[in-house]
Amino acid sequence: MEIEKYILATITTNSTKVTAGASIFICETKEEMDKVAANLEAILDGISHALSDEVYIIVKHG
Amino acid sequence: MNEYTYPILFGILIGVVARMVMLRSDYRQYPTYLHGKIIHLALGFIAASLGAVAVPAIMEMEYTAVTFLTIAASQFREVRNMERNTLTELDGYELVPRGNTYIEGIAIAFESRNYLVIFTSLATTLAFLIWNFYLAVLVAIVCFIITKKYMSGSTLGEIVSVEQSTISFEGAGLYVDNIYIMNIGLPERQKEILKYGMGFIITPKNFNARTTIANLGQRQAILHDVSISLGVFRDSGTPALVPLIKRDLDDGRIGVFILPQAQDVDKAIQVIRAVPVLENAIRMPNKKFRKEGKR
Repeated sequence: MEIEKYILATITTNSTKVTAGASIFICETKEEMDKVAANLEAILDGISHALSDEVYIIVKHG
Repeated sequence: MNEYTYPILFGILIGVVARMVMLRSDYRQYPTYLHGKIIHLALGFIAASLGAVAVPAIMEMEYTAVTFLTIAASQFREVRNMERNTLTELDGYELVPRGNTYIEGIAIAFESRNYLVIFTSLATTLAFLIWNFYLAVLVAIVCFIITKKYMSGSTLGEIVSVEQSTISFEGAGLYVDNIYIMNIGLPERQKEILKYGMGFIITPKNFNARTTIANLGQRQAILHDVSISLGVFRDSGTPALVPLIKRDLDDGRIGVFILPQAQDVDKAIQVIRAVPVLENAIRMPNKKFRKEGKR
């Protein structure tokens, strides 16, 4: 079976919540996080999903 | 010219006309342009010729000529493959793809219509040869009615009811009514979705319909039809803006989330109701239970 979904990047304002795996982008504020996530979404052609207010992930769906 | 010339010509003519009648194009169908149509008319002509020639061949005691029909069968299976391949290739470039179930349904229709043409030509030529021209016309009309009546499948409107519903966000979760659709992280995207998105709830009328609309191919067909007729607010670099359908596991309703460019609720409902019920998606669990009950 082929894996169809990949986490391409993680964006967070709280570095204690995430560790290695996909690339992690640590931001100072929520606004910065939104901006970075929007950029990454366009660049990576993935969807940014919110896991919580502090953590976004960019996921590529199949 | 011999006694078979007119019956054969008549059979071929009726067969080609039958193929023309069945080759309707509308907003969601393929083929749309002349080239695609000509391919199918040409194949229809071949099918009609095969059907028409079969009867005189048998009358002349040339029984081996019937093996022609087996060649026809493999030829038209090839038509099905051709259609499937073409549509699958094209599907990769659609903003909202048709889906394999829909494509398979279209391919099956193309193949079976050619067999119908053979049957029509065969029946009319036979009637012409056995009786006369007028009865052959009558047989042709009966064939037309049969193909018209039984070959157009049912539409979604017959098995479900469609209502507009609200779309809302609970945190990052997008909901149509109370059906969860997807997680959208960016506030900017959420705003776009609330602005352009539209939600519909499709409620099945019975248990059979419930299983039919649960089929993923059937759901993709709904999204495709709505998106091509009302347009879609989406581009290749915006994967978050994707029309989706999810199911309420409790009662089998499905929540349709679309991003139409034409914000017309009535038209959207009309289009959803006109989506064909795909042959490969139809399930009839009730039939099984009814049969068992009779025992």
